[in-house]
Amino acid sequence: MRYASPTTVAEAVDLLGSEPQARVYAGATDLIPQIRSGRPEPTVMVDLKHIARLCAIADSETSFTVGAAAPTADVCAHAGLVVAFPGLVEASSLIGSDQIQNRSSWGGNLANASPAADTPPSLVANHARVVIAGPGGERTVGVEEVAIGPGQTSMSPGEFIVEFELDRPPARTADAYLRMTPRTEMDIAVVGAAARVTLDAEGRVTEATITLGAVAPTVVRAADAETALVGNEPADDVLDRVEAAASAVADPIDDKRGTVAYRRKVAGVLARRAVVIAAQRAAEPQRGRGGQQ
Amino acid sequence: MSRVHVTCTINGDPVEFLCDGGQTLLDALRDEVGLTGAKEGCGTGDCGTCSVVMDGRLLCSCLVLAAEAEGSIVSTVEGMADGDDLHPLQQCFLEGAALQCGICTPGFLIAAKALLDRNPDPTETEVRYGLAGNLCRCTGYDKIVRSVMDAAKKINAGTGDHH
Repeated sequence: MRYASPTTVAEAVDLLGSEPQARVYAGATDLIPQIRSGRPEPTVMVDLKHIARLCAIADSETSFTVGAAAPTADVCAHAGLVVAFPGLVEASSLIGSDQIQNRSSWGGNLANASPAADTPPSLVANHARVVIAGPGGERTVGVEEVAIGPGQTSMSPGEFIVEFELDRPPARTADAYLRMTPRTEMDIAVVGAAARVTLDAEGRVTEATITLGAVAPTVVRAADAETALVGNEPADDVLDRVEAAASAVADPIDDKRGTVAYRRKVAGVLARRAVVIAAQRAAEPQRGRGGQQ
Repeated sequence: MSRVHVTCTINGDPVEFLCDGGQTLLDALRDEVGLTGAKEGCGTGDCGTCSVVMDGRLLCSCLVLAAEAEGSIVSTVEGMADGDDLHPLQQCFLEGAALQCGICTPGFLIAAKALLDRNPDPTETEVRYGLAGNLCRCTGYDKIVRSVMDAAKKINAGTGDHH
């Protein structure tokens, strides 16, 4: 294996074009264990962390741009992201130990395409987009279009994720993320649930996105649960319908971490609780102005 | 295949070594540089026995390629003591019997130092979360956590030589 550390996106694209068996990485927290467990060795390990764009976190009046290789520790320490996307930051902070937090990234979490990944449900709930670079130039797609199955993405050979784009949330909008694990730390989601809600001045939900992780090959959007919520205050009878609809859309597998029946039940419970937390946050006075903090 | 030439600073000393492109920082520290404090427990980033600090970040050196260390500043357990004077964390681990077999100890010390550098007066809960990436199969953690809390007190009271 060779090691390469390109300093521009173009240089990385050229390298991947000339070395079909090269692999890009950010923290390698998934890639190195995969190679050690017997996956084919890449010919070149392409370290993306020397490309400034891949590590930058920037915000403007309307949006945030987060480099695909920016460590989740940096995401969690970014005051603007913490205020705008508390749930997405929670999801980011749940990935591994402090040691892993200094290496793990949104780009790696998404490109690894684990069904149990913590950040994709929150990224989808916040309508995040990714900029993907490849031999054909750059293209921008929704985060939900990247993972297509366990370990599989829609990216072509030679493509990699450059950065994430997130619009600043509108007024009275907030998100939340909850996951179920048997241990409090250092574990992988049995179920994850993200919710983002926008309230009107009377406390009724005007927009809602509810997503589930670890209950299907890719992130699932609970559209019926969203429909049950929109137009209503998050009262108990409404939340009962949200919970039932989220359970119904879950299509999990049985494995050592949880049974189908358990995951379905927990998917509903977590979706309900995430909606309650997101709505409480959305009602906080400082979110009344939207966008600006 | 040609080897990669890496120049970096380890525990304050300029160090040069040759490594393979796919070699981990852990293997290079142990096999090329001769620093065997960091150890391989799992090789997958779960146990923290290989913890080092590189450019101010606590890392599992089993998940870092050695070539990435070019130009960096690396701290390992070998650099914690000042000559014969143990770091307060090391002294408190000894006094608090926070080790039995000792395999996890270098990782715990490095992770605990990184925690106290960032948060000099942590609560017990913060210590437990801060050390969640380090596994010990002997002590049951209580003595480790208590020793880290004791070291924090000692450092904050100025009775420990903090460096």
